[in-house]
Amino acid sequence: MTALSTTYLGMDLRSPIVASAGPTTSNPDEAAELDRAGVGAIVLPSLFEEEILHEEVQLNSALEAGSEHFAEALDYFPAVDRFESTSDRYLLLVETTKAKVEVPVIGSLNASSPGGWVRYAKLIEQAGADALELNLYRLAANPALGAAAIEDLDCRLVEEIDSSLSIPLAVKISPFYSSLANFVLRLVAAGANGLVLFNRFYQPDIDIDSREVVPRINLSEPWELRLPVRWIAILRPLLDNAVSLAATTGVHSGSDVAKALLSGADVAMMTSALLRNGPSYIERVERELSDWMNDKGYESVSELRGSVSYAATEDPSAFERANYLKTLHSWTAP
Amino acid sequence: MCIDGNEAAARVAYALSEVIAIYPITPASPMGEHADDWAAAKKPNLWGLTPDVVEMQSEAGAAGALHGALQKGAFGTTFTSSQGLLLMIPNMFKIAGELTPTVIHVAARTIATHALSIFGDHSDVMHARTTGWAILAASSVQEAHDFAVISHVATLQSRVPFLHFFDGFRTSHEINKIDVVSDDDLRAFVSDDDLLEFRARGLTPDRPVLRGTAQNPDAFFQAREACNPYYDRVPGIVAETMKSFGERTGRHYDLVEYRGAPDAERVVVLMGSGVGAAEEAVDHLVAEGEPVGLLKVRLYRPFPADRIVAALPPSVRSVVVLDRTKEPGALGEPLYLDIVAALSESMDAVHPPFERIPRVIGGRYGLSSKEFTPAMVAATLNELKSERPKRHFTVGIHDDVSHLSLPVEATVLERPAGEVQAMFFGLGADGTVGANKSSVKIIGENTDLWAQGYFVYDSKKSGSVTVSHLRFGPEPIRSSYLIEEADFVACHQFGLLERMKVLDRAGQGSLFLLNSSYGPNEVWTHLPYSVRQQIVAKDIDLWVIDAYKVARESELGGRINTVMQTCFFHLSGVLPSPEAIGHIKDSVEETYGKRGRTIVERNFAAVDRSIAELARVDTPSTAGAEVSLRSLIPEDAPDFVTRVTARLMAGEGDLLPVSAFPVDGTFPLGTAKYEKRSIAKEIPIWDPDICIDCGKCAIVCPHATIRMKIYEPGFLDDAPSSFKTKDFRSKDVLNHKLTIQVAPDDCTGCGVCVDVCPAKSKTETRRKAINMEPVAPNMEAERVGWDFFLDIPEIDRDLVAHSSIKGSQVLEPLFEFSGACAGCGETPYIKLVTQLFGDRVVVANATGCSSIYGANLPTTPWTVNREGRGPAWSNSLFEDNAEFGLGMRLGMEAQRDQARLLLGQLASEVGESLSSSILDAPQESEAQIRDQRERVAQLKALLRDSDNSTARHLLRLADELVRKGVWIIGGDGWAYDIGFGGLDHVLSTGRNVNVLVLDTEVYSNTGGQASKSTPRGAVAKFASSGKGSSKKDLGAIARAYGNVYVAQISMGANDVQTTKALLEADAWPGPSLVIAYSTCIAHGIDMSKSMSHQKDAVKSGYWPLYRFQPSEERSQPFKLDSRKPSISVKEFVSTEARFAILNRTDPERAERLAKLAQADVDERWHYYEQLAAMERSVPHEPDPAIEPEVESDAGYRYDEGGSR
Repeated sequence: MTALSTTYLGMDLRSPIVASAGPTTSNPDEAAELDRAGVGAIVLPSLFEEEILHEEVQLNSALEAGSEHFAEALDYFPAVDRFESTSDRYLLLVETTKAKVEVPVIGSLNASSPGGWVRYAKLIEQAGADALELNLYRLAANPALGAAAIEDLDCRLVEEIDSSLSIPLAVKISPFYSSLANFVLRLVAAGANGLVLFNRFYQPDIDIDSREVVPRINLSEPWELRLPVRWIAILRPLLDNAVSLAATTGVHSGSDVAKALLSGADVAMMTSALLRNGPSYIERVERELSDWMNDKGYESVSELRGSVSYAATEDPSAFERANYLKTLHSWTAP
Repeated sequence: MCIDGNEAAARVAYALSEVIAIYPITPASPMGEHADDWAAAKKPNLWGLTPDVVEMQSEAGAAGALHGALQKGAFGTTFTSSQGLLLMIPNMFKIAGELTPTVIHVAARTIATHALSIFGDHSDVMHARTTGWAILAASSVQEAHDFAVISHVATLQSRVPFLHFFDGFRTSHEINKIDVVSDDDLRAFVSDDDLLEFRARGLTPDRPVLRGTAQNPDAFFQAREACNPYYDRVPGIVAETMKSFGERTGRHYDLVEYRGAPDAERVVVLMGSGVGAAEEAVDHLVAEGEPVGLLKVRLYRPFPADRIVAALPPSVRSVVVLDRTKEPGALGEPLYLDIVAALSESMDAVHPPFERIPRVIGGRYGLSSKEFTPAMVAATLNELKSERPKRHFTVGIHDDVSHLSLPVEATVLERPAGEVQAMFFGLGADGTVGANKSSVKIIGENTDLWAQGYFVYDSKKSGSVTVSHLRFGPEPIRSSYLIEEADFVACHQFGLLERMKVLDRAGQGSLFLLNSSYGPNEVWTHLPYSVRQQIVAKDIDLWVIDAYKVARESELGGRINTVMQTCFFHLSGVLPSPEAIGHIKDSVEETYGKRGRTIVERNFAAVDRSIAELARVDTPSTAGAEVSLRSLIPEDAPDFVTRVTARLMAGEGDLLPVSAFPVDGTFPLGTAKYEKRSIAKEIPIWDPDICIDCGKCAIVCPHATIRMKIYEPGFLDDAPSSFKTKDFRSKDVLNHKLTIQVAPDDCTGCGVCVDVCPAKSKTETRRKAINMEPVAPNMEAERVGWDFFLDIPEIDRDLVAHSSIKGSQVLEPLFEFSGACAGCGETPYIKLVTQLFGDRVVVANATGCSSIYGANLPTTPWTVNREGRGPAWSNSLFEDNAEFGLGMRLGMEAQRDQARLLLGQLASEVGESLSSSILDAPQESEAQIRDQRERVAQLKALLRDSDNSTARHLLRLADELVRKGVWIIGGDGWAYDIGFGGLDHVLSTGRNVNVLVLDTEVYSNTGGQASKSTPRGAVAKFASSGKGSSKKDLGAIARAYGNVYVAQISMGANDVQTTKALLEADAWPGPSLVIAYSTCIAHGIDMSKSMSHQKDAVKSGYWPLYRFQPSEERSQPFKLDSRKPSISVKEFVSTEARFAILNRTDPERAERLAKLAQADVDERWHYYEQLAAMERSVPHEPDPAIEPEVESDAGYRYDEGGSR
């Protein structure tokens, strides 16, 4: 066992640096590069049930448009035996990536219907994923649905999927739950083997010329790591050691990984930094981490993991509200 | 198996071929499409290899490629029809002359004469009868399959090539239950020796020979006669093949077959699908004791005269021969003449077969798929009873001109016991036909019942009405005509009750299923009076379902197919309901399963809910109050419209007599406005408060149903209160009002206008200056508004800048309300041409979408202005449109020159000043043209009363002194492929013609086959696995001449550049080529976003905009009008199904082609950027119509044009 090895969702990983769901992991060749660069595990991009639905409906209406309207043109496209749907392509991605890398491959799923979650979770498992990350990506915009109801729904979902799968299950959540610690414990009770903190919503923007809402994608910045670090630090002591925690959003360097691990994460996940620097960037991050560990005398990840968590830190209140006050108090007018 | 005639023939052709050369033509296209689909799926032929299916540039090309493959010793075939067969004829002579076995499968179709027709008759195959090909006629779907086998087997054995034909649509598109010949059977039929002998004759440098010599008078004749023994053997070979076929399959055929009374005195002879109706008629008459019979001709060439004579009972006294073709000027049609000769020759025998030579009469029937029923057959046999029967007649029409037609008595035959006949009225968009095709298969393939489906479509591409005719029964179904008395009628669209005579063919006590938003208790009062009357009179059992509600709640949108199908099975009782539902679900699974679970599950849900929603209506015993319907056409409509057009529109065309029609195919313009179809569910409603007067909504409207007018405020004095108006914002036109008005009954509801509207509400950005709103609450106000709008006079054309969008859009369009698809990308360009130059152009229109939505009866969108001027339009063929247009130009110039000559001669009489002012007048601008028109009017006034011959000639030609133009319009199939040689030649002549290519990058009209304009990576028919080669740069070829004005335009991307290019093309006194990006339903896009797709095509560099403006001065003629690509090609193509399909069927190939497609674009952009800096000049001569040069006493120096 090397100094960098860690355990995540019950799987032994050679490194705590995990490639998170994103464009890099959607390409099996780049995934293989990540593998060569020493990544600990690979999380595939999310399979979105909504996308499958949209694609099927669109394709069908395109093929049906104009058919049987006119004697000269009873349809407009050649007969095709079988279409590869988004889910087919996703499952193929699971298989291909699996075949190309040594490290564990984690599937990711965001479904929109109760049946869809279970159906696709099983398919991903069957395609060979080593674990599944449920991406609870949603905006609580329905005023008829209270916070408790949403949490109940999510917990039931986790329970249902967990009981239908034999591979480990991680749950990726957003920070927008009113009582996060409580909710996380409920998810664990429902069967989650680990939590991934946090999902990062792409925020829409407004184009003031066209006065239209436009999607904008901005890559993360290192400062964004502070939110997951805070919550991991708070959650780590509350959870059984076997429950994994992954920090994601804002992990850009070896020192960011170190912060994540110190707060109590088992792994740190990267997307933006890989997009900016390419898959081989993993090597550099790993080197930075090892150098830092050597510098500080850490011999293993397990040794450092959680050493600055809420339970382990000298000033646990720094992770709580006091943190805010202190930040304010430390500021002095110029 | 339940398949149509095309598939039945294609299966065999595919199995027995190595090379298949194809080209699309209705109704044969599906044969090529099947072959291409199978080849793409790597389906092997009988010998284990996938045939090479190659699309050619024309049927002439297909025949040439076939000829070559055959000469190499490869088994080959092709499929065609009509004009396509004519284009193959030169090669057919060669193939036969070289005794080369092959089969062409023909879905027989009318040849265009006074009009084009896509429907079926034998005029094409009859034209091929001199080629030396054997001709075998199938009369049903089963026979189309079986005779395909027999043709392929017999051709190999006889070495004589075979033309195997069946009737277009009636057989090619009829679905029927057939037995399929297995591969084992095929293997048993095809002789190895024949195959090897054929191979041995193939050209090879290993055993070289010379074939295709030129021969002289000393040799040709004898050599031509050398093949005779081969022809003599054909009938025997076919008969033998039929015999062994019968022994193995149990289906027995003969070269000719007699059916009827053994002692018949009167016999009807015919071939093709009419045999089905004739069998029924003859069986019926024989059962009634009449001594009649039917002779079915199978092998038509070589003509089996002996066998025909032998097949006729010796008792025959008279024969009526029916030909499904017309040969004007001939003594009779071909089959008639052949029979006359056969009988005549037979009487020379030592023991003549008949006591007295039977009297033979001949008649024409069923041209262009005109209905041919047993009653008509009976009428022809009846004619033979007469003392002096008409020697030559027609049947099935009322000929009040030449009085050739026979009277037909309405005879409804006794129906076979247990047969169910069902009719379904629907819209193309609601899935009715698809559901019925599925029902035929369900019944035909899962029960012992026989099943038949035939489908009738109207001539529109948007909001088209479909009528399905389904028969099911315990006996094979041979009825080759529409249902006359239905047991079950379904109307899938409530609105059709007012437009069509839905219950006219409903039988006594029949079932009527109606899709109705009115429930069982309220529907009665909403039914049209005539429908209520028929329900009562025929004791019809009425059921209703709100299918749209079920479909909506099952998230199926407007597709009500499975809902109505479920109800049909439930009510008709053809199958027990639970069993039927199981089959429907299997069929749903088969149709939609490969496209994913979502649609399957939604359809399942709809099926499960349907029966519960079905309700029986307790109908009253009387029809209730009479309510008159809204009149189909206004009272002041022109006489021709009232007499003819309106009848055609009402579906009563069959009742019109010969005298109703123009003798030469000439029709009046401006009739589409009488065809109020009211098909939109939502229409655009204008909000003047938000409008910024840009005119974009009007310019993009494919149907000219969004109109823009500016006018003086005084015109509003009598305006209805609901009429909307606003101040027109303009620096040039002051104190005018503006109205944008929708024609609510003509709008298709496509939504393109709303998509392009750039003006948004300040407080609610989703609200634009024009918004789609439900039709019902707006209809009345908009109808009133439209009527008022029409009465506002057109603006003075000089007041506005034609090159601006708002300027061009207040000009009157002379192309309106076509039947094109909703959101059509082609029609806005045509409309714009008519707005800019409509009153002074002659249009040559290639066959294709534009000729169909432009001129398919009953109406035409081409129209005239208040002065009665408008585009004069004509269509010649698909392949010759450029030449046709050039001819128009030559004719125009000849007339103009003649007029100038005559005017010069009459100068002293009409006055030197008027004469020279006419001859010297510049006609560059519209104002100058109008001034010239006024001078010519003066001239005509002076000439009108003159008896002088010169003056009379000049009077007739005087209008030609006013500048006119020729626009040659067609699609990419014409310009890039079949007509390219001609187009290239016309451009090379330097003549002043304007060519508008409506480039949809695919053969749109025939259903989306690839053309050379189809881009790399797009999936199209004949390119099922994605087109591998890049799109041809047509503009580059034209630019190479240097003196051709070339523009590539895209209205959705840059409407100003589009308008400018059309104006420049018109102004350029040499050839102009404008290539217009035209979004199409075959792109697999949301057509309401048609213009957005055009924009993205340009943004990605996929469709660069440019104008190449030749000039005498050294200049940079190439102007790149679009910006550097700002999005990737991938981003553009990902939103179009034509590209997306390949991603889902072959992602690796898709990825590879996508990279190449991007490289294509990058490369071309780089090239074009360099071109933009290039300097060039081109010497050219001016067009005297625009810039006259005066000299000589004729006052005119002949302009020789560019490069003559």
